Amino acid sequence: MIQLEKRPQPSRFWSLFTPVIAVIVTMIAGGLLFAALGKNPIEAIRTIFYDPLFGEFSFYYRPQLLVKGGPLILIAIGLSLGFRAGIWNIGAEGQYILGAICGAAVGLAFYPTESVFIFPLMILAGLLGGMLWSMIPALLKVKFGTNEILVSLMLVYVAEQLLASMSLGLLRNPDGHGFPGSRNFQDYPSGHNTEILAGTGLHWGVAAAFIAVTFAYILLNKHILGFNIRLTGEAPRAARFGGVNPTRLTILCMGISGALAGLAGLFEVSGPSGQISIDFNVGYGFTAIIVAFLGRLHPIGILLAGLLMALTYIGGEIAQANLGLPAAAIQVFQGMLLFFLLALDLLSNFRIRLAVKGAA
Amino acid sequence: MNTPLLSIQGLTKAYPGVVANDDVSFDIAEGEVHALLGENGAGKSTLVKMIYGLVKPDSGTMTWQGNAFAPAEPRAARGSGVAMVFQHFSLFDALNVAENVALGMENPPPMRDLAKRIKDVSENYGLPLDPDRTVGDLSAGERQRVEIIRCLLQDPKLLIMDEPTSVLTPQEVEILFQTLRKLKSEGTSILYISHKLEEIRTLCDHATILRLGKNVGECVPAQTSARDMAEMMVGDTLQTPTRTAQDGGEVVLQVDDLSAASGNPFGTSLKNISFSVSAGEILGLGGVAGNGQDELLAALSGELLTAATAVTIRGDAVGNLGPNQRRGIGTLAAPEERLGHAAAPNMSLVENALLTGAIRQDLTKKGFVNWKGATEFADQIISEFDVRTPGSDRAARALSGGNLQKFVIGREVLQDPEVLIVNQPTWGVDAAAAAAIRQSLMDLAAKGAAIVVISQDLDELMEISDRFGALNEGRLSELRPTSGLTIDEIGLMMGGSHGMHVAGEETVEQEASA
Repeated sequence: MIQLEKRPQPSRFWSLFTPVIAVIVTMIAGGLLFAALGKNPIEAIRTIFYDPLFGEFSFYYRPQLLVKGGPLILIAIGLSLGFRAGIWNIGAEGQYILGAICGAAVGLAFYPTESVFIFPLMILAGLLGGMLWSMIPALLKVKFGTNEILVSLMLVYVAEQLLASMSLGLLRNPDGHGFPGSRNFQDYPSGHNTEILAGTGLHWGVAAAFIAVTFAYILLNKHILGFNIRLTGEAPRAARFGGVNPTRLTILCMGISGALAGLAGLFEVSGPSGQISIDFNVGYGFTAIIVAFLGRLHPIGILLAGLLMALTYIGGEIAQANLGLPAAAIQVFQGMLLFFLLALDLLSNFRIRLAVKGAA
Repeated sequence: MNTPLLSIQGLTKAYPGVVANDDVSFDIAEGEVHALLGENGAGKSTLVKMIYGLVKPDSGTMTWQGNAFAPAEPRAARGSGVAMVFQHFSLFDALNVAENVALGMENPPPMRDLAKRIKDVSENYGLPLDPDRTVGDLSAGERQRVEIIRCLLQDPKLLIMDEPTSVLTPQEVEILFQTLRKLKSEGTSILYISHKLEEIRTLCDHATILRLGKNVGECVPAQTSARDMAEMMVGDTLQTPTRTAQDGGEVVLQVDDLSAASGNPFGTSLKNISFSVSAGEILGLGGVAGNGQDELLAALSGELLTAATAVTIRGDAVGNLGPNQRRGIGTLAAPEERLGHAAAPNMSLVENALLTGAIRQDLTKKGFVNWKGATEFADQIISEFDVRTPGSDRAARALSGGNLQKFVIGREVLQDPEVLIVNQPTWGVDAAAAAAIRQSLMDLAAKGAAIVVISQDLDELMEISDRFGALNEGRLSELRPTSGLTIDEIGLMMGGSHGMHVAGEETVEQEASA
């Protein structure tokens, strides 16, 4: 009989290595899945994990890693602060959309004026847009005790409708011959999120992600606010006793995560995506939840997890194109990663003991 | 001599890292009240769990009326006639008494018959109980009666009671003892687990004393002094805390007509509480658990905000200030629940030192944490309060209850509070550690702090406090000087007997102390 025994002290070894093991187990289970679909599993795994980095066309894929990883990391960092405190903002996708709409609207309002102040203004607007959207579930929670999971999630669908309306109506490109979608920021230098170093994929949003990682690390490890966030997640009553104001903390965590998601949306719409369109968002806000947990809610972990997730995205696309793997199989593969990670997470707090039945 | 009802020979049970029971042997005769005495962690619970079939011994044998006895599960033990009343009740608040009793039976009779049987048994043994009442509305004493009646319906030959009096007022204890004596006269054996020596001396025929898992002695309690038993239990001469009573200090903490709704739906609201504590004084507040203790601590620590003027400290109204603002003016607190309230279980002792020490120990600068300072503070608590742990980087949950309690109390005492409020400072702590904690509170008072000790251990309150009051349903009784208080007076202050009465005797009147 297998028994789980609680460790007196969480194991450092296992908390560091479970993500590695989870990736390996995902490769094995994913390989089986691909084999069942009639594909060569080794080739599929190689296509997903190896080709984007070192394959023939890696010069093209490597910058993509930053382009895709940047928003994931930026959003996940914000989410992780709330998750650490037991505040579950599931609606980052909506905040991402609102950040993009607000930021883009500010930029487009100035079109075609050229000024160095326009892009910073757009950043500010994106940040505020995401933050205000996250304030809806936050205030409803602290005032009326609603569940922030449900409210923030449902607001994603409201945001999607708003996005559709914007790209068909208010923000539609007047010179676009009736096609839905806004002007393209690539044609508007003052509002364009350019690459800081050409050809590397390193745009301003990626830089913002790295800054967010640094700040989150300092906040959680050196600052009393980060301590209070961790304390609230570990033991809410002890946090109250320790003088933490739960209302203020909820608003703060929701606000930060909304602001970072909004930023990610702005950087995306003004950079890689280029324009507001009905479907410019590709689910970064949801994937970031996986990234946050894959990175164990730790800033450095999230940095690595964001890059890994971006890798499976890019590799998954290559596998779809080259091997004809269905998109659903790639999504299952990404889901497996989270599944195994959460399952193996058990090992950091418990040890498995094989016991003869009846002896215990 | 007749065959004993239950004979235990050489029972041993080891857990990883600790031998809970080491070669324990004793006999329980028919119709005997046998005490099992020992400190927390002495192995009493493991031993009775083996008798009750919850834990399987590593070695050793038990015989039941001369036959080999090795219950594989509690059902087998119950089948042989063993019944047990646990320290923590396993009752469902939303169900009524009869339903709760039925849930604990193998083959419950139809509800109507069961209700009648509950009535019969309860009247027979002087434990009146209405089978139709919802358990959520019962007092702790009444809930215990539900558990006892559930056992009695099985017609047990051996009734095991684990620390039964910890939730009872003195009057309720007396009624329980009457019931147990009646059971004994009918031939039922009782295994009575406790560390309260006076109880054992009045009730038990025979006592087995455990220390660190070993049987270290047996005695006839009525012929042995409490002190001798205590020393057998602790294995050392007991250090009794000493203090010289103080008076005449200026009033530091003043509570004036404090009323507050509990934050918890099952909590007790505080109603019109007024008292004051002077510098150098220890006020002891007793009362049965769940009568507003947690809420009072929360209102004094700042977790529960009230009208500003309801709590004043040196004349300043602080009722609307949060915990950290109160720490700033020297008001500290140590809640009852160690894990999850006083300390965060998964966080290190350093982080837990920071939890309440940040303000007074000046452990943050512009919001940035001085981890070196926090580590030093944690290490200071560990060394000055003799906290047994490999280091301050350990998680709080890795400490034993007593050690964590020393840490929690030490953390507040070392911050030199002017006002300290503690709830259950020695709950679940071994005698030596409890004595150390009490001594530290008294030393703190001697330095001029005003201290409120909330506790359910009356002996403790009698020992250390200058004045005594009791909480009952969120109200505070009149405060009386501790010296000269009798146990009867205390019982009345605690709210009388919660309507209990002894079979065939007059009802003990429930009255508030006027």
